[in-house]
Amino acid sequence: MNASSQGTASVHYSMPDENGHFGPYGGRFVAETLMGPLEELRLAYEKYCTDPEFISELDADLANFVGRPSPLYLAERWSERLGGARIYLKREDLNHTGAHKINNTVGQALLAKRMGKRRIIAETGAGQHGVATATVAARLGMECVVYMGAEDIQRQAINVYRMRLLGADVVSVESGSRTLKDALNEAMRDWVTNVDETFYIIGTVAGPHPYPAMVRDFQAVIGRETRAQILDREGRLPDALIACVGGGSNAIGLFYPFIEDEGVAMYGVEGGGEGIDTGRHAAPLCDGRPGVLHGNRTYLIEDDNGQITETHSVSAGLDYPGVGPEHAWLKDSGRARYVAATDDEAMRAFHALTRTEGIMPALESSHALAYAAHLAPAMDRDSILIINLSGRGDKDVHTVATLEGIKV
Amino acid sequence: MSRISGCFQNLRSTGRKALIPYVTAGDPQPDVTVPLLHALVEAGADLLEIGVPFSDPMADGPVIQAACERALVHDVSLHQVLDMVREFRKDNPVTPVVLMGYLNPIEAWGYKDFARAASDAGVDGVLTVDLPPEEAGLLKEVLQEQDLDMIFLLSPTSGKERIRRISAMASGFLYYVSLKGVTGAKKLDITAVAAGLAEIRPETGLPLGVGFGIHDAESAMRVAEIADAVVVGSALVSRIPALQDTPDLIPGKLADTVSEMRRAIDGIRSKRTGMQA
Repeated sequence: MNASSQGTASVHYSMPDENGHFGPYGGRFVAETLMGPLEELRLAYEKYCTDPEFISELDADLANFVGRPSPLYLAERWSERLGGARIYLKREDLNHTGAHKINNTVGQALLAKRMGKRRIIAETGAGQHGVATATVAARLGMECVVYMGAEDIQRQAINVYRMRLLGADVVSVESGSRTLKDALNEAMRDWVTNVDETFYIIGTVAGPHPYPAMVRDFQAVIGRETRAQILDREGRLPDALIACVGGGSNAIGLFYPFIEDEGVAMYGVEGGGEGIDTGRHAAPLCDGRPGVLHGNRTYLIEDDNGQITETHSVSAGLDYPGVGPEHAWLKDSGRARYVAATDDEAMRAFHALTRTEGIMPALESSHALAYAAHLAPAMDRDSILIINLSGRGDKDVHTVATLEGIKV
Repeated sequence: MSRISGCFQNLRSTGRKALIPYVTAGDPQPDVTVPLLHALVEAGADLLEIGVPFSDPMADGPVIQAACERALVHDVSLHQVLDMVREFRKDNPVTPVVLMGYLNPIEAWGYKDFARAASDAGVDGVLTVDLPPEEAGLLKEVLQEQDLDMIFLLSPTSGKERIRRISAMASGFLYYVSLKGVTGAKKLDITAVAAGLAEIRPETGLPLGVGFGIHDAESAMRVAEIADAVVVGSALVSRIPALQDTPDLIPGKLADTVSEMRRAIDGIRSKRTGMQA
């Protein structure tokens, strides 16, 4: 299936189908033991996502615990400096725990509670999703186990300690490449073993159905707010949206409520690492091919034999060899465009925003900023660009200092 | 009739249960695998399950994960695994061979080309752990064209409806996962397995194999009392790390374990038929 046989993805967008397929992508590729539990999860999610009581509890948590709505901020000095489009930042960095991740963990934790599960597990790479999961588990008094690659535990010591302070058990994963993908494998193994009492909170729009759709729906609050805010401020929709893409949850959260608005361009920015042509990157949509990993069919970084290979990005949150299946579909259908920003470009954007706006972005979000710095100058001064500032940069201060040879 | 069905028919007619050892191809090094397969048959294996190494073996416990990693140090690919089967077939045209692994290496090769090559190499069945029936239609069709059996897993969480659906799609035999968990777990509950098999029996005419959690001769024997086949993986593979520096000893040592299980399994038959053990 390809774009030409399907037309564009927009107009009446209703992905995924009942089996979790986004065109040829998505689906449910897991061992038999998990098929029953995934179906149970789908049924529970479908029941509660339209349940007024569930929705009002979720909305109250988003308002009072997460701090929503997050502001839509006009970056005037930075826009001026780039000399083109007016640039707005959706301030997900101002959420509780410092990133968009909490929108999803709050939602899934409420679902876990409804389903009578007492134990929460999660995977984490940079630690942001792990912290957001440990946070909601602490609040609901649930047992929490977070799987994290041994390499990442070394790189993200502060977040490991934050999770432990919140009462989570952080398990070091020593298998494979000892990073995020291996943490996900290990969380799946835990789930299949303890499936009766355990709820697995996946942190991105990947994994087997219903996770990609469910996580998207919880993150779509970003795009819904943005849409209302920009209409209120400017009286019209933006010309373009930009978001970084690792697994792709912050990007789909921003894009989804705009998919049927054909006049709104959408750009997903992958981790370009040392450059696409060096092969050392984390950009499966730019330079990968379709395959099956972690329960879904999507674009992957793999070798000719179908073995998943190592990725490279300065940003731990983008350092993942797969991507959410809906992004694979939006790429093929042409509705969204996927590009990459290198480590160096992201670092330059990190400094630029920090110095001109007094906002220190996460290195993940800095990739979206880097592409905006490339796109904005070519746009008219009355055009509008919205960037999802998905997280704050406090967690990255140590990485930035190390890269620049400074001992903090 | 496929080599797998023929094998089960022979076993049934002699009142024996199948013993199916699993080893990961290329573990700990590629030249060990073919001699090892021959040694396992010599020791009493009825079918062979050959693991295709994968970088992300999500359904496997630590023992088989480590086996995959040892094989991948040598970049053992699905192509090479088929070369090993072809080599094995030169001296053994009889014993059925089932490939067990994950979908992505097959996706990367392409279903049709893989199926043709597998059939050509002498493979009899394919078990793809992360391919449930909902997603298996196309591969099933392609394997069938090459007369390859598609083996499916059933688990304690399957339920009647899925059991029916999977039985209708499977051929060769059905593989019942004895527990909720990954390969190599040690919490086999024989009463629960018996109940699980009792639920499946009325829905299928296919032989039922049981795996995940059979760790010694005793548990192999107890499973053989209620199933048609006993699959043993981690219990064998776990012996390899200690023998890594003396790879020549691997076939013999693993064959010893298989012989022991063979004797335990055949013991039931002797008891039942009143023969001397």
